[in-house]
Amino acid sequence: MLKKTEPLLTLENAGIERAGNWLVRGVSFAMAAGEIVTLIGPNGSGKSTTARMALGILKPDEGSVRRRAGLRIAYVPQKLAVDWTLPLTVQRFLHLTGHISEREAAGAMAETGVSHLAQAQMRNLSGGEFQRVLLARAIARKPQLLVLDEPVQGVDFNGEIALYDLIKRIRDELDCGILLISHDLHVVMAATDRVICLNGHVCCSGTPTAVASSAEYKALFGGRAASTLAVYEHHHDHTHLPDGRVKHADGTITEHCHPEDGHHDHSHAHGPAHNHGKDGIGKDGHDA
Amino acid sequence: MLDDFFIRALLAGIGVALVAGPLGCFIVWRRLAYFGDTLSHAALLGVALAFLFEVNVTLAVFAVSACVSIALLLLQRRASLSADALLGLLAHSALALGLVVLAFMTWIRMDLMGFLFGDILAVSKLDVAIVWTGGVVVLAILAAIWRPLFAATVNAELAQAEGMNPERANIIFMLLMAAVIAISMKIVGVLLITAMLIIPAATARRFVSGPEQMAVLAALAGAVSVFGGLFGSLEWDTPAGPSIVVAALFLFVLSLLPVPGLLAARRKDRGVAQPVKGDPS
Repeated sequence: MLKKTEPLLTLENAGIERAGNWLVRGVSFAMAAGEIVTLIGPNGSGKSTTARMALGILKPDEGSVRRRAGLRIAYVPQKLAVDWTLPLTVQRFLHLTGHISEREAAGAMAETGVSHLAQAQMRNLSGGEFQRVLLARAIARKPQLLVLDEPVQGVDFNGEIALYDLIKRIRDELDCGILLISHDLHVVMAATDRVICLNGHVCCSGTPTAVASSAEYKALFGGRAASTLAVYEHHHDHTHLPDGRVKHADGTITEHCHPEDGHHDHSHAHGPAHNHGKDGIGKDGHDA
Repeated sequence: MLDDFFIRALLAGIGVALVAGPLGCFIVWRRLAYFGDTLSHAALLGVALAFLFEVNVTLAVFAVSACVSIALLLLQRRASLSADALLGLLAHSALALGLVVLAFMTWIRMDLMGFLFGDILAVSKLDVAIVWTGGVVVLAILAAIWRPLFAATVNAELAQAEGMNPERANIIFMLLMAAVIAISMKIVGVLLITAMLIIPAATARRFVSGPEQMAVLAALAGAVSVFGGLFGSLEWDTPAGPSIVVAALFLFVLSLLPVPGLLAARRKDRGVAQPVKGDPS
């Protein structure tokens, strides 16, 4: 058996290229058991691409992705269209990629509040129900690594809070690593251990600031939400222009943004919680 | 018993139906109806090559169908054409090639009608044996790849992320399709194979809540169609292959009629199925 301390997943300088364009490049991070990592970034910034690379759906064209041997993965994709010709009950869907005991299936459905839908057809579920069923299936697998691609899309604010609470509970119960993708650039799950901000590359990474610790945010989000949500403050040393070029802190403009392009000024001060990826587990290749 | 041509026809037909039903479900779920057509068009090239090289027709048809499947996979990965355009290209190129090759062999007089509509009443004991051995092998392999193949049908990326190999399952499925075309060509003919794949599956669709049930019911519906079609053809002196398809169609129309018990089942389904693809919300 392999050591428990070995990271679940290690990305090293990984990138995906399509038709001469780098969808995402120079991504480095590692995930340990029980760790929650949130990937954020604007549309088209390579969040899903990075997740699919981490899952082994896409092979990196550069760098490497390593998963621990025999890693049990559960994946909740951003979109999953069930063809209407497909007869598929929720119960059967839970067994999609492997056998699951009755007890585990029932437990996962109870946890996500979809027990009453066990015999319902997948194609008849509402958006919110569908999302919870996807999550139930993932939990029932008892994964060591859970990857959630925008699980809160189309879920209202209270639902989002409840979902984040559930995700935290899953982490606590299963002690699994959770890779969460969020389109929200500023508000993330409070239980997140690390936020990685992508925009074709790792722009910055760090820990979020607990909302609960700030009276102003607390007032803004409300009592219950404050303990679940957190604010992530970005510390970028460059700006992405609308045409895709990058303006660096030193005023120069380049076509792309690479860690090695010499425009990343590392003389500026970092807050204790923020850096450019060098946090002991992962590194994004910046040469400081 | 096997000395009676009618019994042999029944056995061969039911054998084909039992295999075509479950495979046909995947054809329906994956919207591959035109893929079945393409493989059966390519069968003519297989027949022509069998005559040319003097090899077993079933084997030659299987080989050509398998090549067309693989060619489709490779073209899909490379070319910038849509899947249906590629299928059309492959189907008719193979058909035309087959006709040209046949025309070169002036010493062959081919019964094109038999090729198009099959000749189930002329099946030999060997044909029955081929259908059943081939059928059992195809069903055994299908059962073995059922979970990954079904998972890949629902969502290939999900299946791959969770440690399955959807690509391998897809390739095996295509080879199984080629095998079914090869063993059933003589029974129902190339024009009607797709019907035996799709109509029983479509008939079963309304009565089931799960994929495995649908596969079993489709196989049964196909077997009943063969039975009904053959007896109908005996009674009214109609061509056997087309009669089987008409019987299958008859079952399908019957399945559309409202059944009281089924309405209750639908209510349990929560609402009426909407033929809308995409966002389930």
